[in-house]
Amino acid sequence: MNARLSYALRRLILTVPVLIATSIFVFLLIRLVPGDPVRSMLGIRATPENIATVRSQLGLDHPLPQQYWDWIRGVLHGDLGQDFISHEKITSLLKVSLPITLELTVLAMLLAVGVGVPVGVLVAARTGWARKLSGGFVIGAISIPDFWLGLMLVLLLTSVLNLLPPSGWVSFTEDPVQNIRYMILPVVTLATGQTAYILRTTRAAMLGTLSEPYIAFLRAKGLRERSIVGVHALRNASGPIITVTGIQFGVLLGGAIVIENLFALPGVGRLIVTAISERNYVVVQAGVLTVACLFIVVNLITDIIHGLLDPRVEEAVSA
Amino acid sequence: MSALVEFRDVGVDYARRGGIVSAVQNVSLTLEENETFGLVGESGCGKTTLSMALMGLLPASARVTGQLMFRGEDLFAMSESEHRRLRGDEVSMVFQDPATSLDATFGIGYQVAETVRAHRQVSRRESKARALELLREVGIPAAESRYSDPPHRLSGGMRQRVVMAAALANDPSLLLADEPTTALDVTIQAQVLDLLAALQRKHGTTILLIAHDLGVVAQICDRVGVMYAGQLVEVAPVGELFAAPRHPYTRALLDALPSRGRRGRALRVIGGQVPDLSHPPAGCRFADRCPHRMDVCATVPPLATSGAERQIACWLDPATRATAGLAPLPDSPTPNPAVPVGDPS
Repeated sequence: MNARLSYALRRLILTVPVLIATSIFVFLLIRLVPGDPVRSMLGIRATPENIATVRSQLGLDHPLPQQYWDWIRGVLHGDLGQDFISHEKITSLLKVSLPITLELTVLAMLLAVGVGVPVGVLVAARTGWARKLSGGFVIGAISIPDFWLGLMLVLLLTSVLNLLPPSGWVSFTEDPVQNIRYMILPVVTLATGQTAYILRTTRAAMLGTLSEPYIAFLRAKGLRERSIVGVHALRNASGPIITVTGIQFGVLLGGAIVIENLFALPGVGRLIVTAISERNYVVVQAGVLTVACLFIVVNLITDIIHGLLDPRVEEAVSA
Repeated sequence: MSALVEFRDVGVDYARRGGIVSAVQNVSLTLEENETFGLVGESGCGKTTLSMALMGLLPASARVTGQLMFRGEDLFAMSESEHRRLRGDEVSMVFQDPATSLDATFGIGYQVAETVRAHRQVSRRESKARALELLREVGIPAAESRYSDPPHRLSGGMRQRVVMAAALANDPSLLLADEPTTALDVTIQAQVLDLLAALQRKHGTTILLIAHDLGVVAQICDRVGVMYAGQLVEVAPVGELFAAPRHPYTRALLDALPSRGRRGRALRVIGGQVPDLSHPPAGCRFADRCPHRMDVCATVPPLATSGAERQIACWLDPATRATAGLAPLPDSPTPNPAVPVGDPS
């Protein structure tokens, strides 16, 4: 079989045990948190009989393995269950919230990669002010907590300059321009720290690559510096950059939870936070599982890209 | 024969934090068209610095003096972009370790073809055809099917052949080979040297072979230059150098080679250490380790021409003394310069 295809397939099969482990972990985690969903649904004046009735309606009186089995069987059939409290189907909740989270995180990642990689490449070979400036940005952007940065951006751009709406959301299909206007602040807030990480990784990887002997040989062959840096060095430095981007996507999803709450975006993060406070097991399970799957898919994609760019990776896995 | 490269009193210093390191001092040397010239000396003696100066790839901390003429043009006066156009085209280089000379993420054929494209206005298909031709010429079996193979699927010897194909892509007039066989095992070493010699004969390329292995030099070089601590101390046709070395360092170097006659006995070593080049001794840099040290050695001995093809920089030698206007030493411990010269020309 084609080496590339078999590498991608192997990598794909590896995600199955990860997904199973994740689902078990998610299932147990929310049940380990103190608090009872039925009590929070029925309020403090609920009688023990009422509680017992509702518990059995929701299937919470079954032993844990059976609860897990019932849940996961539904998930495999595309049924994520029903919200305990609003009784809405969770799939329809996610249908609204997932695109918002995806838009937020994907735009933030594109911005972070689009700025971090080129700037990292440019400053790698430089000394002096360009290096100091980028180093200052990296330290600042990594140190500043995103919720604080978000608040400051809101203060500056909405209260002082009056350019953007402070918070809220309009669907893209309803009004694309408004949608983007609402998205700018959350995306920039979320992307700032990521840009710094990606810039720093790119700069370090490029610095390491540019001192390799094959770079000297490329110079000896008389190639233009532009193609030495942009084609050869960048491709060789892409491993760490892609890996960090994949891992940082997980951080980004975590950050999205905070940012969605800060900017009142009705995404998956907001859904999960609300559900946790209500001990809404099914919604938390579904939400966290969705986010975890997203992270696994992103890492699958980054690994496959890494394999395509560096033939040694494919062969190390296939061997 | 005419001169292709002329080092005119070339010096290279590196600015380091602790001061200045004098890597190369007063080197004057001519490389003829069509010859294979070996440059020998131990690590750090300035061989690689000289080749990097030719390539225009000295680090930013380097300061050069003198002139480095290539086909009548001073390379030290060239702009970076002029020099770049020369690299890989007229002047090319093969590095020491084929395992690290090639980019692991690109196919071997591509890395040959891009050298062609860097200097010629050709289509991708033409450059690929030329690359295949080169790969076949350097002896890559089944070049067609290996064209897209990444370097790590090839053995060390095969990789060095790919490196040579890339270096020879534009038919250079000068090929620098910096220890091209050091990283290879002995049988492969011989094959690569044979190939180098065959390519030299076929294309008439001038080769500057940098080596610390005197055996390699003896095998393919026409002339040899010996460097010590940044100074060029002796230049001679390869047979004469081995038969009648004149500089005390060259003699000590040849003495240190293991030989059949000294079987079972300890190897001879040169006493002392290479001087610290951030504080090099004034004068001859070998003086501290030289058994014939004299007061005059505190002055740099000029590289003097002796006979048709030999050059020597040592105060013991009548040629050097004559250049500086001194009389020959009465009891010269050097062998008489009138050695039997087995010069074929």
